[in-house]
Amino acid sequence: MLEVTDIHTGYGQVKVLFGVSLSVKAGEIHCLMGRNGAGKTTLLKAIMGQLPLNQGEVTLDGERLSGLPAHLVPKRGIGYIPQGRRLFPELTVSENIEMGLMARGEGANTRDWVLELFPRLKERLDQVATTLSGGEQQMLATARALCLRPKVLLLDEPTEGLQPSMIEQIRQVVVKMKAQGYAIILVEQRIDAVLSIADRITFIENGQDRETVAPANVAQDGTILTKYLGV
Amino acid sequence: MDFGPHLMLASIEGAVISAILVLTAMGLSIVFGVMRVVNVAHGEFFMLGAVFAWAVSTMIGGHAAFGFVAALLIVPVLVGCIASGVDQLILKRIDYDVDRTIVATIGILYIVQQSTLMLYGPEARPVEPPFNTRLALPWFEFGADGFQMIWPWGLSVTTYKLFVIFAAISVLGVLWFVLTRTKIGLIMRATQQDREMAQAFGVPVNRVYSWVFGLGAGLAALGAVLVVPIQQAHYLMGGDPLLLAFIVVIIGGLGSLPGTVIAAVLIGMSDGIISVFFSPTLAKIIATFLVAMVLVFRPQGLMGRVAA
Repeated sequence: MLEVTDIHTGYGQVKVLFGVSLSVKAGEIHCLMGRNGAGKTTLLKAIMGQLPLNQGEVTLDGERLSGLPAHLVPKRGIGYIPQGRRLFPELTVSENIEMGLMARGEGANTRDWVLELFPRLKERLDQVATTLSGGEQQMLATARALCLRPKVLLLDEPTEGLQPSMIEQIRQVVVKMKAQGYAIILVEQRIDAVLSIADRITFIENGQDRETVAPANVAQDGTILTKYLGV
Repeated sequence: MDFGPHLMLASIEGAVISAILVLTAMGLSIVFGVMRVVNVAHGEFFMLGAVFAWAVSTMIGGHAAFGFVAALLIVPVLVGCIASGVDQLILKRIDYDVDRTIVATIGILYIVQQSTLMLYGPEARPVEPPFNTRLALPWFEFGADGFQMIWPWGLSVTTYKLFVIFAAISVLGVLWFVLTRTKIGLIMRATQQDREMAQAFGVPVNRVYSWVFGLGAGLAALGAVLVVPIQQAHYLMGGDPLLLAFIVVIIGGLGSLPGTVIAAVLIGMSDGIISVFFSPTLAKIIATFLVAMVLVFRPQGLMGRVAA
């Protein structure tokens, strides 16, 4: 579904990715792992079209996304849940959701659907996003991305800094989305979380993809984790 | 004239100045808020508004009201389009870089100003107000024979000045409605708060910037159309509004629209009252001094937030 082929990119003069390839299918959770600064977040930004590619391309169902103006990429069906949530801080819960709905012209149906997934948000529709707790903010960020009814969901460390009960809720939603046929790219630091839900894991090091394996392999062969994560 | 009626007269002058100022400063504030662009050429868009208002009303002829209404409708849109063009042609190409936009807008300031001098000339030209009836105002007094209403000589206001105040309030109302209650406003606020995320949710940020820059310039031009029947159009008239708008935006808090309105009323009123009782220069000195004090003691402005 989503194909990333040998992309090279960076921030201005600073090159971060030197040839990363990935392929994610519908109904699959594809995890990205790697040390801080390996280029995981940069890869997601590159998929979103926010960084110019020097080489390589990104395609979704055969359609080239790279080269499109950045605001058209989400309209093709990519929902982005960035690191640190990045909600529109001064907008209310309802307005944040509205921004998600507007991106692909979704209506009341979709709104009801995401509010059903996250009933907590329903109670707080008029609350300003910054005043939510960390977990609620993560729910809102997820809801906002689901409002696009995307084909592909990009999650960048969704459980960072959350309490265990929240982590579990987020995990359940991710698994539910997988069951509904979404292609999911998940950046995650916690190995146990990854091993329990991932279908495949790609290790990224120094801006290149080193190895793509099934989680079972990682569980058996401890040296992979030592090699790429140092744990 | 006694102090009371004199003060009332000065307050009305102040209210008119506030009305024009609030529109100009609002334009500057929106542009800064959404785009983080300090638009040094803002005063020149104000001046363009005044000059075009003269041009349109002279072209139309007939009763003054026709020309004025035409100017009111056409000029802000025209100036807005010019500004959007400038945005696409220059600001977009330097990537809205903070330092470079300042230098670029200084350049735009001179280009607009000197082009106007060449095409329009150095004269100050008046626009006839559409209506200008003088209304005498009453004053109340406890005299020898108790409470009475008097009509002091010279205490009056023109209908046009009342119209300016009313028009500015209506425009503010519309602006507030658009920003807080419509999709366009939602998109503008989202872009202001997180440009990258807005883009990740399908907002064409470059187009929004163009519209916002046009809107900011259009607001300045609208203020100018309202002011020409009182003040005359001249190619150097952009300086004072620019200075005052900056003062207002800094005192109110950069990017804070309620702060901008409060500061505009404060500065406009004090400017009007001090100009009447003392001198316009003193009014400017005090306003500038106020900015210095705000910058020292409350750098984020009256209503501004400290960056998180």
